[in-house]
Amino acid sequence: MKAEVLNYLRMDGRFPHILCPGCGIGTIMKQLVFAFSDLKLRNEDICVVSGIGCSSRIPGYLDCDTFHTLHGRALPAATGVKLARPDMEVIVIGGDGDILAIGLSHFIHAARRNIDLTCIIVNNFNYGMTGGQVSPTTPQGRLSLTTPYKNPEREFNIFELSKAAGAVFFARTTTYHTMHLRSMIKKAITKKGFSIVEVITQCPTFFGRVNRIGDGVAMLEYFKKKAVEIKTLKEGKTPEDKMVIGVLYETEANDFLKSYKEQTGIHLNGSGRRCELR
Amino acid sequence: MGERRLLSGNEAVALAAIKAGVRFFAGYPITPSTEIAEFMARELPKHGGLFLQMEDEIASVNAVIGARAAGTKAMTATSGPGFSLMQEGIGYACMAEIPCLVVNVQRGGPATGLPTKPAQGDVMQARWGTHGDHPAVVLYPEGVEESFYFTVKAINLSEYLRMPVILLTDEIVGHMREVIDVPEEVEVYSPKRRKKSKEEYLHYGDETNYGAEFAAFGEGYRIHISGLTHRPDGFPTNDPEVIAWKMERLRRKVYDNLAMFVGWDWEFSDIGSEVCLISYGSVARAAKEAKVIYEKEKNKPLGLLRFRVIWPFPERRLKELLRSALKVVVCEMNQGQLQGEIERAISPDIQVIPVNRVDGEMITPEDILSVL
Repeated sequence: MKAEVLNYLRMDGRFPHILCPGCGIGTIMKQLVFAFSDLKLRNEDICVVSGIGCSSRIPGYLDCDTFHTLHGRALPAATGVKLARPDMEVIVIGGDGDILAIGLSHFIHAARRNIDLTCIIVNNFNYGMTGGQVSPTTPQGRLSLTTPYKNPEREFNIFELSKAAGAVFFARTTTYHTMHLRSMIKKAITKKGFSIVEVITQCPTFFGRVNRIGDGVAMLEYFKKKAVEIKTLKEGKTPEDKMVIGVLYETEANDFLKSYKEQTGIHLNGSGRRCELR
Repeated sequence: MGERRLLSGNEAVALAAIKAGVRFFAGYPITPSTEIAEFMARELPKHGGLFLQMEDEIASVNAVIGARAAGTKAMTATSGPGFSLMQEGIGYACMAEIPCLVVNVQRGGPATGLPTKPAQGDVMQARWGTHGDHPAVVLYPEGVEESFYFTVKAINLSEYLRMPVILLTDEIVGHMREVIDVPEEVEVYSPKRRKKSKEEYLHYGDETNYGAEFAAFGEGYRIHISGLTHRPDGFPTNDPEVIAWKMERLRRKVYDNLAMFVGWDWEFSDIGSEVCLISYGSVARAAKEAKVIYEKEKNKPLGLLRFRVIWPFPERRLKELLRSALKVVVCEMNQGQLQGEIERAISPDIQVIPVNRVDGEMITPEDILSVL
């Protein structure tokens, strides 16, 4: 890897990582640090916040300020960090269980407040860390260790949920489309306000195995077959049995700190160090 | 120059917190603590701080932890049900060693209980509410003036020990109004930090002066903060020796520093008497009144002991203090939570008489006198 990318990784004994062979989370981590590098972010200006789960272990490998918080609580903790240090680039990374089950109310409210955070949802359709249980994104009819007779529940529509809650940016991508993934992360980081990237990720150890989809490669090929970039859609219509990727939604709205200044007339400078509203 | 002000206990807490440097408050409305949030919402912005009403108490405590990890002194205030929701976050702040102030204005419980009535039912929750082992520091004022000063003290202790500190009050203390002298400035713990290089810096490296030298996010140290049991550099470990070091470090922070509490953690008078009244918080006001009536009627002294610090509990010193007592009367607005601790500490020969009320009414001097 390029030296400027290695600069964003903790190379002093954190590796090898804990992820399973074939897991997609390493791919996301790689594209995340490439995004940092492309955007020329200073390590000192980045804070990556996570909750609990496989993807929540990513911050531990990143050489910047990293915050491994409680299960589901990455967003409120990141809210505290961002409002205390508005000058920092605060990125939240978490799984479908972490952000959309136990942390769902925080997700909705962070979007509603339009806190200037980037929220990467690593959607692998199940709880990997605890061994493959059903999650709010497990498709109906799929198997998991806690839905051994198939999942009777419907899955969340994360996109509609995010849009309704007030997110200003929503992109979907997959671990197969690595350059696309990097580009979506970069767009989300650059976007002012609550920006979401949903990354469809393979969990060959549990979701793939239990549902007999195959190994990591087979799952990636499945993503390749399923995905269609929104820009290539004819008349905005999604072909049947396809999954749209790309920037699905983008709008402009004042982020929390800007609204705060507008509504109260008070310029918030957080802890008063380098905090200027950009 | 200070000023004389008529304040409620809740207002005194909020005012003191701002004076002690709190610049971030995240909370959720709950009776009888809400005045603290309202005061903060009004006053914090004037001092460059931020008030944020969160979606629940879980979010509140975690936002507070995040803000403090990023270098801004932070607090939250709640009551019983919210305090229960905050427990996991309080445990996180203990493990990750992030200072913060959590105020619990107690009301009747369990569950929704008695939102507008006083109680002291969270004395044990304040000590043992989270999972896992760790010490707790819990202060309990008896009125408005102490609400002010104990808030400052709690914030300073929290910063010094690098852990969450809990200020317990109750509906009576929170809502009573008294005139107090509010100083212009309060003493704030603000250690001088040595500049360290990134290579030299360890987030949990200082073994004695815990609060003096820890960095916040954004200072360039690229720190890792985790709720997983960790090494001195903050990264998770399963090594039994390192785990033992961490757990002992958490314990030692408080128990090696017990001397800090001596001299102010309790108040007593006529302690050589045969009978001693023990109380804390608003109940102490009734105990003091009972003492006056008793001494006037019986023409002999009545011992009085009031805890200002509930945890760490002064077990050894309590045994020594009460060595000549024959009878202690423990007055609390719960079913005897601190009574058990007292019985554990003092000589088994001393008779312990409880005066408890959990009916939402305060303990009166008559309630206490009736058992004497």
